[in-house]
This record gives sequence, structure tokens and C-alpha cells, in this order.
Amino acid sequence: MPVTDRWLLPDGIEDLLPLEANRLEHMRRKLFALYDSWGYELVIPPLIEYLESLLVGAGNDLDRCTFKLIDRSTGRLMGVRADITPQVARIDAHRVQKAGPGRYCYWGPVLLTQPRELGGSRSPIQAGAELYGHSGVESDLEILRLMLQSLSLAGIDDSYLDLGHVGVFRGLVRQGSITAELESDLFDALQRKARPEMQQLLAQVSDTAVADMLDSLIDLNGGSEILIDARLALKQASEEVQQALATLEAIGSALADEGVRLHIDLAELRGYGYHSGVVFAAYSQGHGLAVAQGGRYDGIGAAFGRARPATGYSMDLHTLILLKQGRTKKRKGIFVPAAEAARLGEIVAELRAQGERVICELPGQAGGAAECGCDRRLVGDENGWRIESIET
Amino acid sequence: MSESLTIALSKGRIFKETVPLLARAGIEPVEDPERSRKLILDTNLPQMKLVIVRASDVPTYVEYGAADLGVAGKDVLLEHGGEGVYEPLDLRIARCRLMLAERPGLAPRPGRRRIATKYVQSARRYFAAKGEQVEIIKLYGSMELAPLVGLAEAIVDVVDTGNTLRANGLEPTEHIADISSRLIVNKAAMKTKSRAIKDFIAHMQAAVEDLKQSA
Repeated sequence: MPVTDRWLLPDGIEDLLPLEANRLEHMRRKLFALYDSWGYELVIPPLIEYLESLLVGAGNDLDRCTFKLIDRSTGRLMGVRADITPQVARIDAHRVQKAGPGRYCYWGPVLLTQPRELGGSRSPIQAGAELYGHSGVESDLEILRLMLQSLSLAGIDDSYLDLGHVGVFRGLVRQGSITAELESDLFDALQRKARPEMQQLLAQVSDTAVADMLDSLIDLNGGSEILIDARLALKQASEEVQQALATLEAIGSALADEGVRLHIDLAELRGYGYHSGVVFAAYSQGHGLAVAQGGRYDGIGAAFGRARPATGYSMDLHTLILLKQGRTKKRKGIFVPAAEAARLGEIVAELRAQGERVICELPGQAGGAAECGCDRRLVGDENGWRIESIET
Repeated sequence: MSESLTIALSKGRIFKETVPLLARAGIEPVEDPERSRKLILDTNLPQMKLVIVRASDVPTYVEYGAADLGVAGKDVLLEHGGEGVYEPLDLRIARCRLMLAERPGLAPRPGRRRIATKYVQSARRYFAAKGEQVEIIKLYGSMELAPLVGLAEAIVDVVDTGNTLRANGLEPTEHIADISSRLIVNKAAMKTKSRAIKDFIAHMQAAVEDLKQSA
């Protein structure tokens, strides 16, 4: 590599420079103050751990996304986390062992071997919240409300919530005794809403009622009125499917009353491998991909010796600040010329203790107050000291 | 339909065969891309725009959300991977077949067969499913030449009439997939512009049925 190219970073790996980093940190603080006020406790799992624990309950997709290396002291395979959720599951199951509900929040960088989307980041800064130990609609609603509040706190007010339930597809597959191979092909066609492929595949399903119901899933998306159509179209479906619809109705009507813009999609099965109930994602107009996503994943803790119902969501903080290209607030600060800095050390300390941002000039430095992002100046003379505002 | 919709299309056959479908849905481009240098074309409906891109770029534009909808050949979608977009409707246009073509009577060469193609993913999947290990040689065009100059033993390409193959002494031997163009939809647009998109799909579906009836 020529010397001139040493500054190049790998694809999808990036720096956050002061302006962006500051906005991200500002938002992160507000978010985690919110989580604290809801009783969600911060955990900080490690960046790297044994691969098996990172891939618990997850599909091939997470495996492919995880950077791996060998632990030289044990010879075992370690992974750099590509998702923090399994780590929190491990913490809840094994480390904390609460009897009652466990509420956790976390944030930190994750690393992906390939971006989740074209041109996306390989080093998102993941933040999220998880609620363990309750399996009813109430915990799903709590998590959904917290996610939506997080987004509006991040300045995203035009979000749409997309809601689905893996129990609908899974229940129909069980009802029709469909083989795992056909299930995976059907899943693939359904994710693309590809009716031609879907119909070819459904010719292999002997139970025509089930085949028709699976086919109807492609069109069962739209506003919450779609759930009425769903009850009709899925009349002959098993109890499992009816249960799933009831859950969606309960969540849908509660959120609709709160003015959430809701979109229901019964063919949306994100994280089908490990999700067990409601799945959801938030979209913002004009952004082609989800800005936050999550769902219910009961039983993931089983691999760590303690299966508990769980629901949660995650989002990329960097995406959020990129979406919200709002005005950057002008920085405030007090500039202390070198001469004053030498004499008025105590005053400087006092101002800082009051929460002011105070920058001391270094003798002979280039640039002054404006370059340091200061709007005021500390002036000292025979009358003592005062703070003057700087005309800009 | 008040929400704005952008449709990505490629020039040539797909554009020509999509226009009648759009017309039946009440949408008419005000310019002809073959004569205009513009890449964004207005239509008679102010909220509806067409963007003209390369055929193989259509799924990319739609996946990113740079266009809400697109028309892409199944051959292109198979190569793209196609999990990032919805493909709800077969438009039954620009139909052809993806085929393996060989030079009749060519003596088999020891070792793995070499297959020249633009459709690397599709060819790889096809031969893997057949249980045959082959070398795939990626080319960007004029695949028919490869077997003639000893670059490959066979090619995988889309075949319409088969005239180009025959003119170069090749015969289509195995059928891999039927190809036609699909209407594809950006996943987020399907959710945030649900009403407008569903209306559009319904109109296009009716147009496809209409054409099928009259054919």
C-alpha cells in the first residue's frame, strides 16, 4: 500500500468526527436517561466471546456476519459480536437470574463481515432494550412504546411501525405438515412476496385449504383493517394462528389509539429463525430500510440453562443521527486568553464546575475564540474579571 | 394516488413492453427515452416519474429506495439475490429462457467443464443442483464467442429465438429457467406508501390480465 493510501479505511468502517460524534453522544445520553426512567438497567457485554454463545438460537445469517478468530489459550473459536441481543440473553439467563421481569438496555459497536444492506456500515453502533420474564401482550407493548419514544427522542417523528407475527406462517406450516425444505423455500418466496414462485411451491402442498391460506399471506398487508381480512382469509387456520392474530389485534388497537402509524404485514418474518411471536420494524419516510427492529424471542435463554420469555428491539445510533440532519446547535464556550489563564486558574475551575465549557488558550497557538467554538471570552483587568460575549 | 411514486425501468425491450401496461393503468411517459437524453422522465401524472437505468441496476435502485418500484427481468433478479425487494407481480413481458448452449460434436475435454456466462449465480446454482462441478468464467457480453475460441466448452445465456446461437454454431441443450419481467417494490415504500403502491400493483395486474386475454 502506498504511503498516501494509509488513511483509507476498509469498506463499511468509519470514523465519527467531532460534530457527528458529539451529536451521537448527545442523543445517546438522552436515550439512556429515558431507559433509566423506565427501569431498564444498563449492561456492558464484552466485544468478543466464544462463538457458540454469540450464535445461540440465531440462523446462518448471523453466523455469516460474525468475524471469527481463535482463542490461542484454549484453541476455541471466538467471535466479535455482530449482535448484542444474544449476549443480553446470556446475562439474563446465567449472570443475573432475576425471579421477576428483567429489563436491560445496552449500546456499543458491533462488527459485521458484510453490511446488512447495500453500501451499509459494517460497524454500526447498536443500542437496544430487552424485557425478560413476561410473555403477554403487555410486555410487547411496553417494548414497542419504548422503541417509538426512542425514535421520536432521536427526532424521527414520521415513523411507520410495521407489525407481523411469525406464529401465522409457522402455524400454517405445522397445520399443513409441510417439510422443512419446502418451508424454507416458501419462506424465501414469501419474503419477496413473489406470487409466481409461491404458487409453484404451493402446488406441492396437499392440504389445499392450507395452500390457499399461505397464498393469501402475500396480500395480507396494509393498515390495521387488514386484520379483519385476515380473520376471514385464515378462518380455517389452527388455534396457533388464531392466537397470533388475537395478539396482533390487541397490539394494533392499543397502538392505534395512541396515534401510531401502523402497517401490518403477515408475510413479514424478520428473524424467523429465532423470533417466536410478534416481529416489528420502524421505517422512516424516505429511508429505504428499517431504522429500528425487534420482536419476541421466547426461549433463547434455554441454551444458557434458563428459558425465559423475552421481547426487545435494537437500532443503529449512527443511522439515526444521519437521518436526522437537523440544525447543529452552535457550541457554547468561554475562551480564556493565555495571560488570564495563567492568573485566573481558580476562576476557570469554578466556571467548569458550574458546567461551562471553558477552553484555555495555549501560548502562541494559532486561531482564537472562534476556532475553539467559543461564544464568550474571559477578561481580567485591574477591576477583577468578567465575561464578555464575542460578536460573530 | 396523491403520493409520489418513482418507477425504475431499463431502455429497450423492457421499456417498450412496459409502456402498453402502464398505458392501461393510465400512465403515459411524456418523452421517449430512445430519443431523449434525460434519465428522469415525467409522465402525464404529476406524482408519477420514470427513471431510466441499466437493466442490471434496477434492483439496486429499488432496494436502496432511490425508486419505489421497478421492472426487472427474472434473470437480473436471480443474479442480484433478490431478497432486498418484493417481486409481487409477473408482468409476462420480455419473455425468454435461460439456457445452457453448447457446440454440437465438441469432444469433451479432460477435467472440469468451463462455462462462460454473465449469469454467474444462476449458473453456479444450476450446476450445483445437478451435482456437476464446473469452472464458471464471468463475461460481460458476446458469450457465444467463448466456445468458438476455446475459452469455454459451453455457455449459459438468455435465449429468445436462438438465432444468435445458431449463427455461431451453438445449440441450446438444457433449459435452466423461464424468464420474464417482474414488477419489483421497495420494502419500505410498500409500508410507508402502502395505499398508492397497492393501487398501482392492482392496476398493473389488471393490465397484465387484459393483455393475456387479448393475446
